[in-house]
Order: sequence, then structure tokens, then C-alpha cells
Amino acid sequence: MAAESFEKNVDRALADAQLRKNFAFAMGNFILKRKAVFSDTEETERLRTLGNAIKQRALSRLPDLLVQLEAACTRNGIRVHWAETPAVANRIVLETIESHAGTRVVKGKSMVSEEMHLNAFLGTHGIEAVETDLGEFIIQLAGETPSHIIVPAIHKNKMQIAKIFHDKIPGAPYTEDVAELTAIARRTLRRKFYEAGIGLSGVNFAVAETGTLCLVENEGNGRLCTTVPPVHIAVMGLEKVVEKLDDLPPLLRLLTGSATGQLVTTYVNLITSPRRTGEKDGPTEVHLVILDNGRSRIYQDPELRQTLQCVRCGTCLNHCPVYTRIGGHAYGFVYPGPIGKILTPQVEGLEKAGELAFASSLCGACEEVCPVKIPIASLLRRLRDESYSGEPQGIVPGRGCKQNLAERLAWKSWAFLNTHPRLNRMVTSLLGMAGDYLPPAGPLERWMRYRTEPEFARKGLHRRAKEEGIADE
Amino acid sequence: MSEIARDRILARLRGAPRQEIPRLDVPAPAAAAPDRNARVARLKSLMETVRAEVQVLPAAEWIPRLKEVLGARGIKTLLYAPDTDLGSALAEAWQQDAAGLPELVAYAEPVESFKERLFAVDAAVTGAAGAVADTGALILRPTGAEPRLMSLVPPVHIAVLRADSVFPSLGDAMRAGRWAEDMPTNMLLISGPSKTADIELILAFGVHGPKELIVFVLE
Repeated sequence: MAAESFEKNVDRALADAQLRKNFAFAMGNFILKRKAVFSDTEETERLRTLGNAIKQRALSRLPDLLVQLEAACTRNGIRVHWAETPAVANRIVLETIESHAGTRVVKGKSMVSEEMHLNAFLGTHGIEAVETDLGEFIIQLAGETPSHIIVPAIHKNKMQIAKIFHDKIPGAPYTEDVAELTAIARRTLRRKFYEAGIGLSGVNFAVAETGTLCLVENEGNGRLCTTVPPVHIAVMGLEKVVEKLDDLPPLLRLLTGSATGQLVTTYVNLITSPRRTGEKDGPTEVHLVILDNGRSRIYQDPELRQTLQCVRCGTCLNHCPVYTRIGGHAYGFVYPGPIGKILTPQVEGLEKAGELAFASSLCGACEEVCPVKIPIASLLRRLRDESYSGEPQGIVPGRGCKQNLAERLAWKSWAFLNTHPRLNRMVTSLLGMAGDYLPPAGPLERWMRYRTEPEFARKGLHRRAKEEGIADE
Repeated sequence: MSEIARDRILARLRGAPRQEIPRLDVPAPAAAAPDRNARVARLKSLMETVRAEVQVLPAAEWIPRLKEVLGARGIKTLLYAPDTDLGSALAEAWQQDAAGLPELVAYAEPVESFKERLFAVDAAVTGAAGAVADTGALILRPTGAEPRLMSLVPPVHIAVLRADSVFPSLGDAMRAGRWAEDMPTNMLLISGPSKTADIELILAFGVHGPKELIVFVLE
């Protein structure tokens, strides 16, 4: 995405009063809920430190854990596939569906499947992917993408949703009653669950020790997707693996507390194998697709590697002053908000998505609440540096893309000016006299698009200090 | 294809700078494990805040209470697991006097031939393998005799739990049950009825899973 289209997205979002109202309300609500469940700050800090340690430890052993996970899953009867790119992952999913002559997939919520643009891909091959999470179902009907990792349709209010249901679901009456809207979704999707031959889901944590896939949710659609159809396909980013079952209790507390302010979700679903002999239900086939998509590259850099600690709770979005004002769509990529700002430029490259790293005030609210303590603000600064870096080594694609002669010269002159007192005095007094008459062009014009015009002091600081008799300390 | 991808991904990961990060032992919760009654009380209060109905009662009373619960809701069909202790107790009680009671539907065959029936029943009774007091959730461990979909498809789920199987925390339950040594096909934590807040963060129940969860805690 070019910088200009991001700016346009931002302008459009800021001008949309309804969107800003929806987000301000929802994010404020999430902040309060999280605060209530993490009211004991000492205990919360202990938990976050533990969460950070668990994820760091898992990442330090990542290749070994992935091999261990694969072996454990295989032993349990889960078929493991590896994909370097979304295109390959899509292909694996498609081949699995086609091997069962499937034409419809019921889907639980999965950000990795968004990353793969799986629904559109399956659509081009004549396979219908039905989103079953209520929020995902709404935006699929509307032909949109998620605007939030946890509540994908939060940019819409109930009037908008009432209209979508009435227009898109045959026989659905117009109603703004949330319980009724929910009941319409239940009825519509029940049939799909009943008929579907394939269920697809994401993974919240994959336990290497036992080969167990852990999924959390509140609605039950995830359980239906992973239990009713005869085939279950799970897709996960390779960073989702953890060492031991023992790691789950603290991680679950952190994830659900951060995401929705719950002590525990309605359902925690631990899947360890397909249906075994003597069992009466559950899929007879379970597939696990492990996706790389740039993660192994991010892994090469010990600092940037911390990006991979993310558990996708979305709390950094909720606490971000930028996200709260512009919503998820303005970012233009699958992962919005602070986590998107550090993840997307690393995956898509700085040329395409580097602008995101600059869309931050570096206030650091995100890293104060991050359940696994990702130093998001530091990583944003690192990515900004990378954009200007002239050094040949490095793992971020597009590094140095913002380098330009004019800016380099400007900084060189600035340095020169500030190390030569006499010249500095001359230029500051000149600016004091003529600065206000500078034409608003070039970099100054860009600066002034979102800021007030700078006013130049008549007298420089040095001169005033001298006049008022303040001595050098 | 997948083979090559696997090797290339692993080679890249193995080629990265190594970091030695020790495993932090998960410390035991600071609070001393409360006694059984306190655990049951906490479970009940937490699960009730997320709209589960929790009734603590003497073991001998659960079937009469079940009949009341079913009657109050006008339930016509009740799914049960015939080859479990709970199931045989139910069948026996129904045999003695089934007048005015819902029809018992046994989950006794694979889902492939049972699906239509399953999706039409009004309620199901299952056991719970345990519960977790500190976050308030049941532990379900479905088996061949008591399949996974029982606690998911019917609109009303009634779970029967023994009071002495309520653990202080999930970690305690895992360690006491040595979960890591023998994970079943599927295990679940269930804290309440199915719910969503996807529309304006307004809570709505029964979006996909059971609309009601009723728990009998047997003392």
C-alpha cells in the first residue's frame, strides 16, 4: 500500500462519525472489562512475566518444538502439513477438500485463514466457505473484512446489521433486536453445520508435548466446526506452538483476560486426535496446516523475533489511541492496530507496508497491556530505523526504502549547524526574523497537513539566556 | 511438496541465532487451596455470573430435581448415554415411572446414522469429569460411551458433577489427573451457555451451542 492511500483511508475514517462512535464505545468497554478482570496489578504483572517467559522459551526452542509437535500429532493420528506461503497453504486445504469431494466448508474464526485469503481462493475453485462466528458471518454477508481481531464486525451497529440480515438472508425479517438477530444466525448456520463435510478452524495454542490443539471461544461454532463434519482442517502460524500442557493455564488466563475481560471463555476445546475406535462422533480425519509466511524470516532477528510471541488477543488494538479513532479497515491489511503495525511491514515489506510503522504516537499503551510483553513501541522505532537504514545486512524486506538524498542532506546540514555555534547563531536569528514568512511548501506543507504552523521565536534561546543573565551550567 | 517446505522452514529456523532461555517453573498459586465447600461455592458463583444454573444437592436427589427441571421447561426428548453410570441410573428411574417425563433418547450409535435424531433432541444429560474453581468451569472428558456432541448440539445441557472433583485451579486438575500422560481425543472446559457479544458488545445467549447450562453438583 502506498503511503498516500493509507493517508486517504485515515481521512475517510476520521470523517465517519458513526464509525468513530462505534469504535470509541467498544474500545472503552473492552478497556474497562480488562481492568476489572486484572484488578490485582501485582498478580497481573506476575502473570505477564510468566506469559512472556513461556513464549520466549517456546520461541528459543521453536524448530525442536515444531518437530516434537509434528511427531506427537502424527502419533495421535493428526496429519501434519507444512506451507511456506499462503498460496501453498491454500493449495493444501483445497486438495484436502477435493479428496473428499467437498463443496462447502464451515469455518470457525481464524486470523491465519484471513492471512491466506482462503475464502476468496476456495471461491474461485467453486467451494463455499461459510463463516460461522457471528461477527465473521455478518461481515461475510456484507462482503467485508474483519476490522478487529476478536470482534470482527464491531464497526457496525445493530441497525446496519439488521439491514444486512434482512437483505442477504432469505426470509429474515428486519429486526434490531440483538437476541433475534442472534437467533436468525443460529437457525441459518445450524443447517450448514448439519450438512457440511469439512470443518476448518484456527489454533490458539498447539502443545508440542502431547500434540494437542487448543481452541478458545464463546459461541460454540468452533466446537461445531471441529466436531460435526467428518473432516477437520486446522490452520496455524508456526509461532503458535508451546512446550507443555502446563503452559496452558497461565496463557489461557492472559489470553481471555486481555481479549474480552473474561476469567475463562465459555469453551476451551482441547483436540488431540481424530475419532478413535469405539467413539461415536468427532471427525475421522484431522489435518494440521503449519504456515510460515515470513515468520521464519522474522525469527532470524533476535529483537524482531519478539513479534512472534503474540497470542492475538487484540488488547493492543483496544488500548491504541490511533486504532480507536480510525478502526481496523484503514490499515489496509489483515492485522490492524499496534500488532499489525509491527507484523505487517515485516511480512509484506517496508515498501508496501512500512508506512504503518509511522502511524503511531509511540505512547506505549500497547506494550503496557500486552499479555506477553512484546516491546511494541521499541519494535516500531526499530522498523522506522530500518526504513532509513543504509546497512546492507538485515532481514526486513524493503529496508532503506525511505532513504533519499534531500533528507540525508538536511540532517547533515542540521548536524553541521548544531556543531558550529557562530553559524547556528546566525541562522537562528535569521529564522527568528523571516521564519514566519517561509512559504508552506515541500516538507513544511506535509508537516502542516495535520499540525498547526510552527511559530518562530523572535529571539533564540541562547540569546535570551544571555540577556537574562543565565549562565551555562 | 510439504516435505520440502518442512525441511526448508526448519533449516531457516535452525540457522537463526540461538537464544538460551531457561524454562520458568510455573509457580503454584499463592492462595492456599480452599476447602471443598469454598471451592464449590466459588464455582457456583462464577458460573452463575455467566448465566449457568448451578444447583448443589445431595446425590440421591439429582434425578427428582432433574425431573423438575425438565418439566419446568417442557422438554420432550432427553438425550442420554446408556453405557455410563449416570445413564443407567436415568434409565432405571424412567423404567420405574416415566409418566409425564420426556422420552429418553440413547446416544448408542455413530453420529452418521444418528445425526437427524441428535439435532432434533431438546436436552442432554452428561457427566462432568471435574471442575475448576478459580475461573469457574466444568471439565468434560467425552468418551465412546458419552460422545462429544452431547454437550454441544442440544439446546439445553445438564451436567452432573461430584462436589469432590472440583479442583482449585486448572493447573491442579491437570497435575492431579496427569493429563499430559494420556490426553483423550477431546477435552473441554465449559463455563456457561453459548454466548456472543459480536453485535455492539451486547450479550446474547445460545448463538450456536446450548442456550442453557444446568449443573447439578452432588454432595
